[in-house]
Amino acid sequence: MTILRPIFYLALLAFIIAAPFIAPDFRTQLATLWIFIILSMTWDMTGGQMGYNSLGNILFYGAGMYIAAVVGISIAYNVGEYTNAAGGGIYKFTDTQYFLGMALGLIAAGVLCAGIAWVLGYLLFGLRGPYFAIGTLGAAIAAGELVSNWEWVGGGQGIALPVFPGDDYENAKLFFYYLFAVTGVVLFIFLRWFYTTRFAAAINAIRDDEEKAEAMGLHTLRYKLITWSIAAFFVGIAGGISGYQLIHFEPLETAFQTINLGIFMVVCVLLGGKGTLWGPIIGAILFHVVKEVTWNYLLGWQWVALGALIVITVVYFQDGLMGWLARVKPEWFGERVTEKPALAGEPAE
Amino acid sequence: MTKIIEVNGVSKSYGGVKANTDISIEVEKGGITGLIGPNGSGKTTLFNSIVGYHPIDSGSIKFEGQEISKKPVQDIARLGLLRTFQQTRIYGDMNCVENMLISMPHRKMTIREAFTTNTRADHDRAEHLLDFVGLYEKRFLRSGSLSFGQQKLLEFAMALMNEPTVLLLDEPTAGINPTLINGLIDRLKRANSEFGITLFIIEHNMRVIMNMADRIYCLAHGELLAAGSPTEIQGDQRVVDAYLGAH
Repeated sequence: MTILRPIFYLALLAFIIAAPFIAPDFRTQLATLWIFIILSMTWDMTGGQMGYNSLGNILFYGAGMYIAAVVGISIAYNVGEYTNAAGGGIYKFTDTQYFLGMALGLIAAGVLCAGIAWVLGYLLFGLRGPYFAIGTLGAAIAAGELVSNWEWVGGGQGIALPVFPGDDYENAKLFFYYLFAVTGVVLFIFLRWFYTTRFAAAINAIRDDEEKAEAMGLHTLRYKLITWSIAAFFVGIAGGISGYQLIHFEPLETAFQTINLGIFMVVCVLLGGKGTLWGPIIGAILFHVVKEVTWNYLLGWQWVALGALIVITVVYFQDGLMGWLARVKPEWFGERVTEKPALAGEPAE
Repeated sequence: MTKIIEVNGVSKSYGGVKANTDISIEVEKGGITGLIGPNGSGKTTLFNSIVGYHPIDSGSIKFEGQEISKKPVQDIARLGLLRTFQQTRIYGDMNCVENMLISMPHRKMTIREAFTTNTRADHDRAEHLLDFVGLYEKRFLRSGSLSFGQQKLLEFAMALMNEPTVLLLDEPTAGINPTLINGLIDRLKRANSEFGITLFIIEHNMRVIMNMADRIYCLAHGELLAAGSPTEIQGDQRVVDAYLGAH
């Protein structure tokens, strides 16, 4: 088992690197899959591990998209003039401007989204259970509406970013695939370690019985703020990359897409099994495959099929795949009765 | 002996019900203090007031000389004043060892330390304490699958893991198999003598509390009825009347 583990991870890494060449026609699809994986894993940090079901994480995706775009544009041009659709200006970016702008934009997106989560958390973490879900949903919808009325960032028109340099757009597809993949792999490595820390144990305690956790002297609010901020950091970066990948985006349907991606990430986690490391990833892959298959073969009924999948998951399969496994095979998850070896200095009962 | 908890003239009412009226008690550092009284006499209300679960109407509560009656629950817990619950509260979906490791004293931890993995010593301490309360064999079972009595023992072990200065126990022996009670009394006494934890205990089982406490307070109808050593309390006619309903 211990020898198999590194082999498994190496094989997985090799597959991730090779995937866009194994299936060259699906490069953009695979990049989108990474968005699902990143958003599911970060949603699970609060939803699965901490017991705070946010329906508003899409806010960080949208905010990240806008922050990365605005920062990326502003290193070369005035943002207000650039986004003014009536201005009719033509704006060219050199390669350096493009990549430097994107790099700075992604960093800013991560950091500022973490900051937004911190401030929003102060306001919203007083709410529990469904009230938190509705509160965050409201925040995400409000953010979308605010941005769509903000002319400086293009209002309802959104922003059109510069196109990836070079003539062969396959290069851009590969570039964005790997950018997402690196973010996802870094996030996975981070979470694999994060879930072994005392900090993660504390957020699990908040999920299982927050009042008890408070009575045991845990810094509950501080831990909740930090967890959500870390999640928002990664979501912000993913949103920022998406913006550059999409080239053009607008506030309500693309950036702050509450009813699409905002709900999909929750369904992915429920499908895979919340509160586990692998559940969100497996769920994201399953969901993405089902979604694409229905789009191809059930066109016209795809939303019905997707809605049915969501209803079935929520009503009959809430624990998800990993939760179901833990129920039928508890011994795989370390549950056992052990005989007691004599501990030094302890009298036997 | 110094007073570690000083409750002075505390009153608390829920609407028209006066749960506590002008109660003054003192808990001595390093000792075992008992709190008895018939059902509905205001014992748990007093506990809740001390640990900050609700604001009090009047009076003052001091912990190590510091006024705590206006502080929220977490702040008081972080001072080292911990309570267990009458209706046991554990993290039911985790196993016993995980429950113990979560109960590490986070108040003594910096954020940097929180972002580290538990050490071998932490695991040993958790297992040692589980052994101390007799749950060693069941340490990898989901704690929600344990019996009520075992969950109480686990909650007690978790409280010890947290290294409190004072531990408020709300009916530690309720629901525990009578043959295990003697073992529990012994463990509570050892927690007091070996770990130096001051205990303040609500208890209905007279044999238990008379066996352990240095000093006992008796509440009735939300008022302080009597205070004294176990022998004094046992001989107090008002206490006997309160329990047998002579009012």
